Amino acid sequence: MSEFFYMGGYGFYVWGSYGVAFALLAIELVLLRKRTQRK
Amino acid sequence: MTTQSIKWFWFASPATFYPLAGTLARVTGLLAAVFTLAGLYVGFFVAPTDAQQGEAYRIIYVHVPAAWMSMFIYVVMAFWAAVGFAMQTRLSAMMARSLAPTGALMTFIALWTGSLWGKPTWGTWWVWDARLTSELILLFLYFGYMALVASIDERRRADKAGALLLLVGVVNIPIIHYSVQWWNTLHQGASVSVSKGSSMAPSMLTGMLLVALGFWMYSIAVAMVRVRCEIRENE
Amino acid sequence: MLAVARTLVERDLLLALRRKSDVFTALLFFVIVASLFPLGIGAEPNQLRAIAPGVIWVAALLSSMLSLARLFAADHADGTLEQMLLGAAPLGIVVAAKAAAHWLVSGLPLVLIAPLIALQYDLERPLHGVLALSLLLGTPVLSIIGAIGAALTLGLRGGGILLSLLVLPLYVPVLIMGAGAVEMAGAGLDPGGQLLLMGAFLVVAVAFAPLATAAALRISLE
Repeated sequence: MSEFFYMGGYGFYVWGSYGVAFALLAIELVLLRKRTQRK
Repeated sequence: MTTQSIKWFWFASPATFYPLAGTLARVTGLLAAVFTLAGLYVGFFVAPTDAQQGEAYRIIYVHVPAAWMSMFIYVVMAFWAAVGFAMQTRLSAMMARSLAPTGALMTFIALWTGSLWGKPTWGTWWVWDARLTSELILLFLYFGYMALVASIDERRRADKAGALLLLVGVVNIPIIHYSVQWWNTLHQGASVSVSKGSSMAPSMLTGMLLVALGFWMYSIAVAMVRVRCEIRENE
Repeated sequence: MLAVARTLVERDLLLALRRKSDVFTALLFFVIVASLFPLGIGAEPNQLRAIAPGVIWVAALLSSMLSLARLFAADHADGTLEQMLLGAAPLGIVVAAKAAAHWLVSGLPLVLIAPLIALQYDLERPLHGVLALSLLLGTPVLSIIGAIGAALTLGLRGGGILLSLLVLPLYVPVLIMGAGAVEMAGAGLDPGGQLLLMGAFLVVAVAFAPLATAAALRISLE
């Protein structure tokens, strides 16, 4: 399991990529939600 | 007029498209989750490690789908721009507006993940390779569209101006792409490129394609919800 | 049709001559920007020689872009632009003529001054010709493509900056080709192919950009 997070030493880069990517997609969804509720 | 074309124009009315958009959003939203998770599973647990780049190459499963979507969405926006000019439909402009933020986001994700891929591979946080440089210019094209549409108060003028800009942009994209590629070969001896060097195992391609499909479904779902907001706010 | 175009070009040139400051401002900007780089980077001769084509091209780009806002602004303010829209002359010709006048005032002077800047950077003598030719072929394209942006942003607040954002991505291929031609010549390769490509680009731009600009003007004025 810890190997998975370690990613052969590249954990920072791999999870930094996926983390930011999916966080941004989630933020897009949250903002969109707010917009639908506003109306 | 055939019954086929009458059917398309029926849905060109924002009011009738509204419920269809809702259904599409739910269906594609679900598919987005399924495909993305499947793709990531294949990418991380089925596909082998890369001989040269180690585990760092796994960024490919988010970088490449995002890059593909960034370009695809711009072309689709240009398509809606053309339809808007040809058919004078209001809904086409709403579709273009609804797609823009997601397209820009995909472009940014491609740039961010490309940067994080380049650091362990080439040692720098930014790699001036052909693809990343083209993506950067694409981001400017997206921002240009969104800025133009936002700065015109009168809605009809904003729609048309944005549409014209998209058509001019889409024509320029291949030119920009090839000139950046040429520029890259002119200035770099060995080709520096954020990509997977050696050939790809089939499972790698499968993973990429599944995530790409997932991102595609996601983009449709988000665009559908956004266009419903546009319809509600403007009709 | 040619007579209409000539009249329009002459009119715009006359108007520009009445406000000579505009002409010199663009030229001065070009010279100042080119002078800033050594101040920022350091005056190491080899470095300057290497960056000269790129710097001169970027300076030309920025200078050309700055004067774009003026392209339609004056005529828009006094109502002449609407007259042109309603007039008998095809709007594409009108636009092409205005872009040509813009180039004569803002682009051609850059082509003529560029060799002086090249001297400042100690660019090798044989490359001066390629540089001037690349600018000669490239700056009209900048004017004519920039006109599309000027038409789209007509009368908008934040116009100048917005115009830059819209137009700079479209300028990238011209920049790459222009500076690249000089760099190829510098590396000993024949720039002929690149220059021919730029010429082709010019022809295509002259054929199509005025149509897009005319459409943009109609959108902005209706």
